[in-house]
Amino acid sequence: MNASHRIVTASPHIKAADDTPTIMWSVVASLAPVVASAVYFFGPSALLVLAASVAGALAPEALLGNRGARSLRDGSAIITGVLLGLTLPPGIPLWMAFLGGAFGIGFGKLVYGGLGQNVFNPALLGRAFLQAAFPVAITTWPAASKNWWALQGDNFAFPLMSPKVPDALSGATPLGLMKFEQTSTPSLDLILGSTSGSLGETSGLIILVCGAYLAARKHLEWRIPASILATVAVFSAILYAIDSAHYPSPVFALFSGGLMLGAVFMATDMVTSPVTHRGCWIFGVGIGLLVVTIRLWGGLSEGVMYAILLMNALVPFINRATQPRTFGALEAESKP
Amino acid sequence: MKETTGQEDLLRGIWRENPVLIQMLGLCPALAVTNNVENSLAMALATLFVLVGSSLLVSLCKRFIPGEIRISVYILIIATFVTVADLTLQAVVPEIHKALGAFIALIVVNCMILGRQEAFASKRPPGRALLDALGTGAGFAIALVMLGAVREILGSGSFLGVSLFGPSYEPWIVMILPPGGFLTLGALLLCLAWWQERQEVKVSG
Amino acid sequence: MSEGNVQAGTLPPSPEHTSSFKMISSLGAAGAAAGLLIVLVFGVTKEPIERYKAEVLRLAVSEVLNDPARYETLYVTSDGAIEASVPAGTESEAKKIYVGFDADGHATGVAVKDGAAGFQDIITLIYGFDPTSGKLLAMKVLENKETPGLGDAIEKDLAFVSQFEQATPPLAAVKRSTGAPGEIDAITGATISSRAVVRIINESLARLRAPIEAYFSQASAREEALP
Repeated sequence: MNASHRIVTASPHIKAADDTPTIMWSVVASLAPVVASAVYFFGPSALLVLAASVAGALAPEALLGNRGARSLRDGSAIITGVLLGLTLPPGIPLWMAFLGGAFGIGFGKLVYGGLGQNVFNPALLGRAFLQAAFPVAITTWPAASKNWWALQGDNFAFPLMSPKVPDALSGATPLGLMKFEQTSTPSLDLILGSTSGSLGETSGLIILVCGAYLAARKHLEWRIPASILATVAVFSAILYAIDSAHYPSPVFALFSGGLMLGAVFMATDMVTSPVTHRGCWIFGVGIGLLVVTIRLWGGLSEGVMYAILLMNALVPFINRATQPRTFGALEAESKP
Repeated sequence: MKETTGQEDLLRGIWRENPVLIQMLGLCPALAVTNNVENSLAMALATLFVLVGSSLLVSLCKRFIPGEIRISVYILIIATFVTVADLTLQAVVPEIHKALGAFIALIVVNCMILGRQEAFASKRPPGRALLDALGTGAGFAIALVMLGAVREILGSGSFLGVSLFGPSYEPWIVMILPPGGFLTLGALLLCLAWWQERQEVKVSG
Repeated sequence: MSEGNVQAGTLPPSPEHTSSFKMISSLGAAGAAAGLLIVLVFGVTKEPIERYKAEVLRLAVSEVLNDPARYETLYVTSDGAIEASVPAGTESEAKKIYVGFDADGHATGVAVKDGAAGFQDIITLIYGFDPTSGKLLAMKVLENKETPGLGDAIEKDLAFVSQFEQATPPLAAVKRSTGAPGEIDAITGATISSRAVVRIINESLARLRAPIEAYFSQASAREEALP
């Protein structure tokens, strides 16, 4: 009888070569173009921030992970580090990026018992911690520098000390401009990514292509990004139709902020997303609705992070509610 | 019930049965007002005052309190001491009273205090009740000051208002907000559990 | 003594039925003693508590009225009249204002305390207004629970606070000031809190400006009538 616990579905089963490290490393590989575009737009600062957040993510894994060596090699901590780095502004002090990575893995993953046990996406938890701890540093966007080699801000601020305020502040991301000054940003700039923002918030197009590659290799549940993006598009289109002066266009809503990055790489985290197809649709629609709600009526200009974290918390309930019935069980129950 | 010595009564609450860190009692004030050491100390002292006063009085009056209404009487006694503490703080240190706000009045519902009346003071002579209240109150104070110290050092870069890292320290604002209380308490309990596990391994190994 | 007897619910040992009279009388006695103690402490602490509250108010009023020689508390009633006192029991319906006077007895300005929702919770502030010039004198945030280090800059950021001196209402919170009168530069990262401050003052003045101006023109008319 014990063996029956292991049976998931009826046979036949396909034996696949995929294991955790294979999937994780292919995600890392597909993040490479996103990282490259971040470096293209923001220069060496982008690389430094990413390196710091990856180092931060690896540190607790190496120090405290039960099977330290294994969890280091499977690449999942590196994904967390890279994803966290992509949500940070290029000018953030490196010690903050490191701290965010360490918090994300330490408090977002290891305290739950390591890979596969965590409730919340560790990268987003690290970002949420940084947002709550250093709200000014994480929303400071230095004006783009003419010199590609120049640092984007005070990256090398001494650990625990405040960064120096940059000379020129561009002040706002497209979402910030929308929320606080009611000015829109040209759609082409948004799609290609030549705007101010976090490292991975700029080029929606590249992220979409990477996501399509992962989905084709079945390392990514396409239903989640599809339902998130569709919900955001439909919801903002309805609002835009009602009052186009007040609400942003659907194209703006799709390509601004961290929506693409969140929908493609963060909401789809295998550990913290639902297991059933129906669950994935519910999960995605929930995130989409929350993103638009927080962006338009909340106190913050960007809502992707909190939307995904909130829906992460609901995943166990979604899984339970969408559990497929055993074939024939309904009839058996309904008959006395 | 095992008979205990006075020394045990005093020491028990400080560490082995620490109300916050071991018994998880009185968590509301432990999370809410520990955003700096000063507030933690004020809350701990106010609670200690209420606990000592109530325990002593309950133990003295236990023969006159009918069993059926004892909880009502305990609450009445506790509420009286809380009101006294509330008014005194307001008159003597109004700034701290303002920072602690409603949490002074909420000492009434601190289950740690009612717990000591029901479990200890109502069955023991006044001397023992006093020792127990002092020990428990001191344990509560230790836990609150630990929380307050971590949160103030990280959240404001200072200890008891004295700056530790100079003016360019970047405060971790989250630590002085409510989530910081949960994070710090969680981290403290984590360290404690880890330490205890190591002690047990040492003993058994 | 067996283990069962010492469980919490059975102690202290009591007879099968305590008479209702005994229960009521002991609860009554405890209540009376508690009441007595509280009244006693209340009596002792009442004076310092009220002194502190009055001192806080006095400091705030003098600060936003630029140190007047003295000030008077007046009431704006719900129908817009300004009275020196209102019938007992109706204080909550009337709005308290504090009129400052200089050494010669001329009214120099009026301080108003008001509050409304900010980003986290109610922001309470006091501002000084000079109806003669139509300009604000100063603004001071009395209570706020805005995000520490961010929104609470509305109280601590002197660059922000000093903008209210000599500003001409109605105010407008902007990102980059163009120099127009009444423009207040919002604090970076605390736009919502900054706007709340501006809104509180605008809404408060919209309600009180007419009665205050009427009172001041009457006061100056009275002064001119005197020799």
